[in-house]
Amino acid sequence: MSNRALIVRDLSKKYGDLFALSHANFEVPLGTICGFVGPNGSGKTTTIRMLLALIAPSGGSGEVLDISIDEPEKYLPFIGAMIEGPAFYPALTGIQNLKVLAKIGGFSLDRIPGLLELVGLGNRGDSKYKTYSLGMKQRLGIAAALLPNPKVLILDEPTNGLDPAGIQEVRDLLRKLADSGITVFVSSHLLSELEMISEYLVVLREGRVIFSGKTKELLAKQQPRIRVKSNHPNGIQIAREIAEESGHNCEIFGDELLVTAPPEYGSELNLQSFSRGITLTEISPIHPSLEETFFEMTGTEMIHEAGR
Amino acid sequence: MLRVFAGEWVKLRRPTLLLGTLGAVGGLVAMVTSVIYLLIDDPGGNGDRGRTISREILQLPSGFSLTFAQSAGLLGLVALCIFAAQTAQEYTYGTLRNILVRQPSRMKVLAGKYLAMSLFALIVVIFAAIVGMGLSYALSGRAKVITDAWFTTDALFDTANSFANVIFATIAHGTVGMVLGLLLRSPISSISIGVIWILIVESILVAVRGSFAKYLPGVQLSNIGQGGSDDLTFIYSVRYALIFLLAVAILASILFKRRDVAN
Repeated sequence: MSNRALIVRDLSKKYGDLFALSHANFEVPLGTICGFVGPNGSGKTTTIRMLLALIAPSGGSGEVLDISIDEPEKYLPFIGAMIEGPAFYPALTGIQNLKVLAKIGGFSLDRIPGLLELVGLGNRGDSKYKTYSLGMKQRLGIAAALLPNPKVLILDEPTNGLDPAGIQEVRDLLRKLADSGITVFVSSHLLSELEMISEYLVVLREGRVIFSGKTKELLAKQQPRIRVKSNHPNGIQIAREIAEESGHNCEIFGDELLVTAPPEYGSELNLQSFSRGITLTEISPIHPSLEETFFEMTGTEMIHEAGR
Repeated sequence: MLRVFAGEWVKLRRPTLLLGTLGAVGGLVAMVTSVIYLLIDDPGGNGDRGRTISREILQLPSGFSLTFAQSAGLLGLVALCIFAAQTAQEYTYGTLRNILVRQPSRMKVLAGKYLAMSLFALIVVIFAAIVGMGLSYALSGRAKVITDAWFTTDALFDTANSFANVIFATIAHGTVGMVLGLLLRSPISSISIGVIWILIVESILVAVRGSFAKYLPGVQLSNIGQGGSDDLTFIYSVRYALIFLLAVAILASILFKRRDVAN
């Protein structure tokens, strides 16, 4: 057995002439949390649905726990999944909804109370699903995904609708599950959230994988920056000239200059600015975030906002 | 398949659905039985479309289960609605994806659901039989219907026969509902199209030309429930229904097996 939970090779899904997913390639190591990132419509849910045998690929192949996705009956008993938000029967209680899935999957009903406790629904299991808040529905979805005591947990946007405390709880839960050996494959548009918990990342854009690998490798792809401010009227213009003469890219946003350079360049820039009669009031390195890198890679126009 | 059956049964046995359906069916059968017995001497008739079901007919061995058999069409419509709703709601709620992750064999999912819904239909038909026959006995004295022939071996055979016909017709209606649910993926669309077709479209077609009756599936299913008629033999209706149901069930199963689950 390999040490890969998921392997995707040239996986594609085509609707008419449009590729929802085009020749995707990535691997997810066992026992890690892998973030699956991409803007809406980039193919995340399509990929997840193919891995769960809900839709048929147009081409390529995939393996889950070393078993081809053409044989889902062999690996799905070891997979927990929540796809595109929670989906349950409104007229049934939380416990009854979990019973339906436990019976279909052949899992022990004894796990249900413990799972409800785990996701913070211990005292609402007997309430009908239609009375649940969005956050409670998400928690029930996670509890349902954990019913099989899975080796791989696939969660599609699990924090949608949760308040900050709830998001933190889910984040802690995922970390705890990964520490116990479960591979967690989680999609989210909350990039900062994935940056904090994911060791691996797969980034999609318009149906194509534009990055797959360790999170720190993605972060390394972005040049570090230095934020510079000055109280001199032309201070940041002069600082820009100095930095550009030294071969660094610069951008001015409002009253600040962003210099693409390692943190140690800050002291040199300060020294050269001082020698040209300019006082810099702020020289601070900006640590690249996943969000910045992501927006750069996906080509959206939020790079400045993210960079700040 | 049995695991899907067990999961489906959790949904079907909930009191609001099970007791609600039994209450509705009990009320319908009680209404049909009451009309037949209480209007037995009414010149306007006491049966379907002004037909008269006479005291002599009710006193036959088959009279004990006659009102129950007369309700077959209504029971069928109830089954059609329930099968259609239980099938199509998996799409509208998005719960089908959960089911298929837990049981990827789509044929097992279909078979398990069908088995559970058929058991539900069986319980409903048994309850309808109890209400219909119990009320028939209770009203027989008031309607001056002599019930001696109801407690003979012939009556037992006729009752078993009626029950078998009604359960076949009811589950057949349900099968049509399930197929509509799979094809249309919407409870409202599948129920409305099924009910409108059987109650309105087929009635209009038969009214326009009586000979159309032998080509209409709803007519055949009702005819089976009532044990056949002078115009259409029981055997003809059974053959037609089996071929029709097999064809639509195969079509729906192939679609269900191959279609992407994207909602």
